[in-house]
Amino acid sequence: MASHSHHDPQATTGVIPPAQTKAIWRTFVILCVLTAIEFAFAFAMEPSMLRNSIFIILTIFKAFFIVAEFMHLKHETKSLIWTIMIPTALLVWLLIALLTEGTYYGESIFNYFK
Amino acid sequence: MNTTTLEQPRTGTWDGGNEPLKASYGKLMMWFFLLSDTFTFSAFLTTYGLIRHRHHAYTGPHDQFTFSLDHWPIPDKVFNAFPGLHGMDLPLAFVALMTMILILSSVTMVLAVEAGHRMDKNDVQKWLLWTLLFGCCFIGSQAWEWSHFIHGTEGGMTLADGTKIFGANLVQNQYGPPLFADLFFFITGFHGTHVFSGLILLIIIFVNTVNGTYERRGHYEMVEKVGLYWHFVDLVWVFVFTFFYLV
Repeated sequence: MASHSHHDPQATTGVIPPAQTKAIWRTFVILCVLTAIEFAFAFAMEPSMLRNSIFIILTIFKAFFIVAEFMHLKHETKSLIWTIMIPTALLVWLLIALLTEGTYYGESIFNYFK
Repeated sequence: MNTTTLEQPRTGTWDGGNEPLKASYGKLMMWFFLLSDTFTFSAFLTTYGLIRHRHHAYTGPHDQFTFSLDHWPIPDKVFNAFPGLHGMDLPLAFVALMTMILILSSVTMVLAVEAGHRMDKNDVQKWLLWTLLFGCCFIGSQAWEWSHFIHGTEGGMTLADGTKIFGANLVQNQYGPPLFADLFFFITGFHGTHVFSGLILLIIIFVNTVNGTYERRGHYEMVEKVGLYWHFVDLVWVFVFTFFYLV
């Protein structure tokens, strides 16, 4: 398969190069720390808009490390990165629109039965 | 015998001689599939947000919380059980363990991909087996969590007419409004199905690795493609964890 872009010519000679796992374990540590911080906030802080925002920001950080390092997207071409990111970014719009809609729908029902 | 022109690989940009976005066909299609799957899961989580905002939030003190049909439950009052530690209040402890298992499985998967780049068959086998093990642990934990959620707690929920309900199914739910249980089953169930499909794919590529299929093919790209899928499952869990268990 000549078209495979990650083919290492050295590998065909039978010599297996040593593993390069430092970046992988570093990403793992980052993900663990971010999860631990999320738990710390879950117990140390009363539920509020601020706490939810902290959770969402930490989640986006975690997602970044998984997609960029584990799924290797950071090292792909720019056009591929944008192809994936732009449609995904539009989901934020969907989320905000439907949360607003849910609040409005709930309030109109609660006020109707008051 | 003028066949040489047919055997020459085409190299021109418009002759099929290049890789669009510098990714192989299989990996590119996996990315597009995952993008469509992102929409599916986003639709689920957005629905959760919409329905949650449509209900009243619990506003009283945290320690006096009771299950009621009138307000949306606080997640750490619902998910506070741990296998073997009956009756203890351990909020989110089990889901923390599940999260760690899934992140670990993602790490072993990326180690398998890395070993594939080096054409190290033994390492690929080793890390695929670890990934399979953690994946099975995760799906087993989820089965336990579902079982606990369905059977419910000893206290149950007392309805307005004095009857008590225990556990949850698609029409009644001791933890709060029935839609909370419905969303729990749909979202974690859909994620669990993805983990299950991932495990089947992992078994297939493990068998192929042991048989030397990828060694003969000259590359371990199939491990990379299944790896992309597996990381995506981990990624979805990160969001499910935040929006279902934390917020």
